[in-house]
Amino acid sequence: MKRATRVRLASDAALVVVAVAFLLPLLWLVLSSLDAGADLRVRLPSSPTTENFSAVLTDEITFTPMLNSLLLCGSATLLTVACAALAAYPLSRYRSRFSRPYLLTILFTTCLPITAIMVPVYGLFVQVNLVDTMYGTSLFLATSQLPFSIWLMKNFMDGVPTVLEEAAWTDGASMLQTLTRIVLPLMGPGMTVVMIYTFIQLWGNFFVPFMLLLSPDQLPASVSIFTFFGNYGSVIYGQLAAFSILYSTPVLLLYILISRRLGGGFALGGAVKG
Amino acid sequence: MRWLPLAPATLLLLLFLAGPIGYCVWIAFTNTQLTGSSTSDFVGLANFRRAFADDNFRNAVWLTLVFTFVSSIVGQNTIGLALAGLMRAASRPVRTATGAVVIAAWVLPEIVAAFLLYAFFRREGTLNAILDWLHLPSQNWLFTLPILAVSFANVWRGTAFSMLIYSAALSEIPKDITEAAEVDGANGVRRLWHITLPMIRRSIGTNLMLNTLSTLSVFGLIWAMTRGGPGNRSQTLPVFMYDQAFLKSLIGYGTAVALLLLLVGALFSIVYIRLLKVEV
Repeated sequence: MKRATRVRLASDAALVVVAVAFLLPLLWLVLSSLDAGADLRVRLPSSPTTENFSAVLTDEITFTPMLNSLLLCGSATLLTVACAALAAYPLSRYRSRFSRPYLLTILFTTCLPITAIMVPVYGLFVQVNLVDTMYGTSLFLATSQLPFSIWLMKNFMDGVPTVLEEAAWTDGASMLQTLTRIVLPLMGPGMTVVMIYTFIQLWGNFFVPFMLLLSPDQLPASVSIFTFFGNYGSVIYGQLAAFSILYSTPVLLLYILISRRLGGGFALGGAVKG
Repeated sequence: MRWLPLAPATLLLLLFLAGPIGYCVWIAFTNTQLTGSSTSDFVGLANFRRAFADDNFRNAVWLTLVFTFVSSIVGQNTIGLALAGLMRAASRPVRTATGAVVIAAWVLPEIVAAFLLYAFFRREGTLNAILDWLHLPSQNWLFTLPILAVSFANVWRGTAFSMLIYSAALSEIPKDITEAAEVDGANGVRRLWHITLPMIRRSIGTNLMLNTLSTLSVFGLIWAMTRGGPGNRSQTLPVFMYDQAFLKSLIGYGTAVALLLLLVGALFSIVYIRLLKVEV
């Protein structure tokens, strides 16, 4: 056997071992969701069924929390992307003594552990009556993603040539017109990445809504799933697995949409928090 | 006028980020409690003195160090690098499949990941089933080694990020350099130590920094798997902070802990930005 072939086979074998280790919990999720008598072990369902899915597809368990997630994360994403696009424009186009410190502060902020400020945020929200409101929570969620979105957006905007803008300027277009009619359409793929990435991060966020929302009917899926399995003992694992799949599917699909552009070097542009 | 578009973002950042951080600094020096309403007096450094004398706080610091060291520095970083390296030598289908599985674990929402690994590590879960099958002793992992269980959960969830960073870094090493070393008779270990690692040292630095920062703030994963227990044996700083501020209603004390966490994060951020030598 040639040396190159041996190296390849050894690498394949090592990767397969790691992949199986990573796969086991995922396999449990899929198999249990199809098993009416699922427990905590990975095993093939004796008679596969979609019973678990039909049991959780009710207003109370699935539709309301998913709709809450969508409202919460959707509005926060739109707000983040709009503010980030506006902010990125002067940062990308104008030079001044002020832009470098601003950008460094932004980069610094992307790395701060947001978890640490949740106690004062809660205190602040109590004082201004924003606790247990969807819009308050969504404002904070938007702000938490804003530094990274501005950073990313600015980098994408730097890649758009300024020639067309200059033409528009001479034709008398305002700054807002230039931004919305010329720059943003030219950086469509970049905008999509920022938008989807922000949405994915917010969709999975647990701590922020866990702290700031209290009423059961306002909880997003990330928190409702927790109350679901928080009461150990009486959990129907198959249903919980089915709900987990329903809750995870949107982000998995969105990630596939942008994965090619997210690969590797992208991440170095700033902190990516899990 | 030209800088006006910065206003909405700046306003949000000041109100909801700078504001709470400033408030955090203030509250940390008071004895604010959740109950008993308006009793909020300035107490100076009392909260910090209390923290450093508190066994539970020291336990949380120690567990945070263990959690960060095991899951981020050793686990995510080393496995991520190994996976990125192996993928370059492996055949295409194996590479694609492994990448997909590892990345899926990363993209899944935090709470789903917590739930999956809770099932994996439970007494009646998959890990013990495998150990039984191999005739190895099984145990109740979430009870006997809770901090290791949550560390492994964090490795499972966070390795993809390192893998992506290292894949990008390795693909930028010019082929002729490694080939030249190979011709000169350097074996795999020496090539790794003397060529590959020095050439990707900046990526190693940034990756370690980002992994450490995101691991420092992990809350949901631990809370959902063990709630910091049994007792306080998996109570890292964020969980301790939550426990003191909300379950024990000691907002002032909890915030002091949060401020310490924030300071560590800020320190890492500054090192990170230096390391990146960003040109903006």
